[in-house]
Amino acid sequence: MPMDLVNCLADLKEDEALSITKNRLEAHEDPNAILADARKGMSIVGERFAKAEYFIPDLIFSGEILKEVTDLVKPHLTAAAPPKRIGKVVLGTVAGDIHDIGLNIVDFMLDSNGFEVYNLGVDVPAQKFVDKIRETQTPVVALSGFLTLAFDSMKDTVKAIESAGLRKDVKIMIGGGQIDDQVKNYTGADAFGKDAVEAVTLAKKWSGG
Amino acid sequence: MMNQSQRPANWAQLTPEQKRAWRFQNWADSVQHIQFVSPAARQHYQAQIERLSAVYQVREPDRVPVIISTGNLPYSEAGLDYKTAIHEPEQAVQACLKFSEKHTSDLDTFASSMVFPATSMENLDYHMYIWPGNGLADSATGFQFVEGEYMLANEYDALLRDPTDFWMRTYLPRVYGAFKPMQQVSPLTDIFEIVKADMLFLANPDVQAMLQKLLDSGKLLKRYMQANIELRDQLLANGYAAAPMAGFAKAPFDTVGDTLRGTKGIMRDIYRQPDKLLKAVDLLADITINNVLSSPGACDGQTVTYPLHKGADGWMSQKQFETFYWPSLKKTMEAFIQEGLIITLFAEGSYNTRLDYVDQFPKGTVVWWFDQSDMAKAKKTLGDHCCIQGNVPSSLVMTAAPAATREYCRQLIEACAPGGGFILGQGCQAEFPKIENLQAMVDAAREFGVYRK
Repeated sequence: MPMDLVNCLADLKEDEALSITKNRLEAHEDPNAILADARKGMSIVGERFAKAEYFIPDLIFSGEILKEVTDLVKPHLTAAAPPKRIGKVVLGTVAGDIHDIGLNIVDFMLDSNGFEVYNLGVDVPAQKFVDKIRETQTPVVALSGFLTLAFDSMKDTVKAIESAGLRKDVKIMIGGGQIDDQVKNYTGADAFGKDAVEAVTLAKKWSGG
Repeated sequence: MMNQSQRPANWAQLTPEQKRAWRFQNWADSVQHIQFVSPAARQHYQAQIERLSAVYQVREPDRVPVIISTGNLPYSEAGLDYKTAIHEPEQAVQACLKFSEKHTSDLDTFASSMVFPATSMENLDYHMYIWPGNGLADSATGFQFVEGEYMLANEYDALLRDPTDFWMRTYLPRVYGAFKPMQQVSPLTDIFEIVKADMLFLANPDVQAMLQKLLDSGKLLKRYMQANIELRDQLLANGYAAAPMAGFAKAPFDTVGDTLRGTKGIMRDIYRQPDKLLKAVDLLADITINNVLSSPGACDGQTVTYPLHKGADGWMSQKQFETFYWPSLKKTMEAFIQEGLIITLFAEGSYNTRLDYVDQFPKGTVVWWFDQSDMAKAKKTLGDHCCIQGNVPSSLVMTAAPAATREYCRQLIEACAPGGGFILGQGCQAEFPKIENLQAMVDAAREFGVYRK
């Protein structure tokens, strides 16, 4: 029996995943069903990452394959069915810091675990976090930072959320390079996570999952 | 100048151990060539050399040595902002010297990094870093690395065929705006006989402008070099001692992953073109070896320092590490060890899952400088033949009370100092450490790290 899309994606078999996608499109299958399978494959990738069977190369490559599958499917899509979501997270690397590797891993893991992620990118001013929290009514905020200057930027961001009167409505996690419990206390965040897997655990806990 | 000895004539016949011994002796002799500001400075210098020499050889010194990274503290204590410091090197040097004079005795050592040559890099239109005045806000307190795909996925063959040509006509023009006209130049190996045609590129106005720009940048750079030399010499005179650097190197995988292909690029290459990637890291190992061993410092320097990036815990599987990261890194290390050099590996992040595997070198040849690794485990695994350095967290030195720093250091010394071969230091560079916490580190070494009176 030929391998299915879910497993090809999960096993990072690029050529097979793409040819299956093409075949299914030629057979006029529902494009949304193809995308749903691709997402299932990505969830397995996320699970394997959480179990330390997969690492960054594997995560990045799975993202590549997903992008290629999506590009193939897109022209056939009339109405995209939004994937089921279990919560929302506002995410970004704090002001002054332009590092995005950890940020994107957290984004990937939250997304593949069913969260709607508002990824604001790098060097994000505190006010931008505040605006996004307000606009989307998101209860979970994740601040990323690699450099030690992020300690103060995180502290300022937490303070800005507080000044905007939103602190009681959100839980804030921090993570990245030099972040630890000491920095958590310094910034006034609610928790720190040492990796993307802990970010998912925290987001689930705070989203009632 | 610090090292003036000539290598023995039979250098090539010496064993790595003999070469290493010669380098240590050369370092010890340096005390005779320095005009110290005071007898106390001389004593301080000598004591620190003896201490570091002992721990590098994994022996017990008189007490645990401390290596401090001061970050921007010398600038901020002098009221100098980072932007001014990197644009006015003389002011930066004065700030560092003032800091050194004030703190050398209570800080043990003073690690000053070179002043970043901002004006020269601005003139060269360097794209790989941004800094205040060039891509970062004026108030920014450091420079940052801009990752990119400076080498494309389909350019491995060009790199492998002729790395110098690839560097000059493809890579440098992408990384430095000033080198852009090199894209219009034919390979320099086209120059062989026919005088009229061979040198035509020199008539190209863009090339002429480029050459002028390079000259100007060199003049700007000279100002920084002079400032940095003054700083180094004056710090030595003040009694500051650090092992003379023979060179700075990167793991070949990091060279490809950081500065050529970028993280995403190299991680994709692991899947899509593993053979080419492996050839490239092996080539870069040879280039790295040649770069370090042909540099002026290699003659009588002591250490080669590597910042390790993409092989840390969590970055790749053990199998990927053993396939893609380690062999080319090991190749470079072995070449340097063969020359009697000591390798310092700064293992950023953590290396807990790699400790057993990387234990592959003779005693006294490798210093592992750990950031967030489990120090007790590291000591147990590597400690009887490698010097271990680290790992006071930047979170502590930047935000904690001195008592907490001191307690962390006490525990660290308890775990890592027995038998010698331990340097108390920070895990990673903190931009603005609190001076009280740096002092707490040294105080802890003086109180808890004494082997013999």
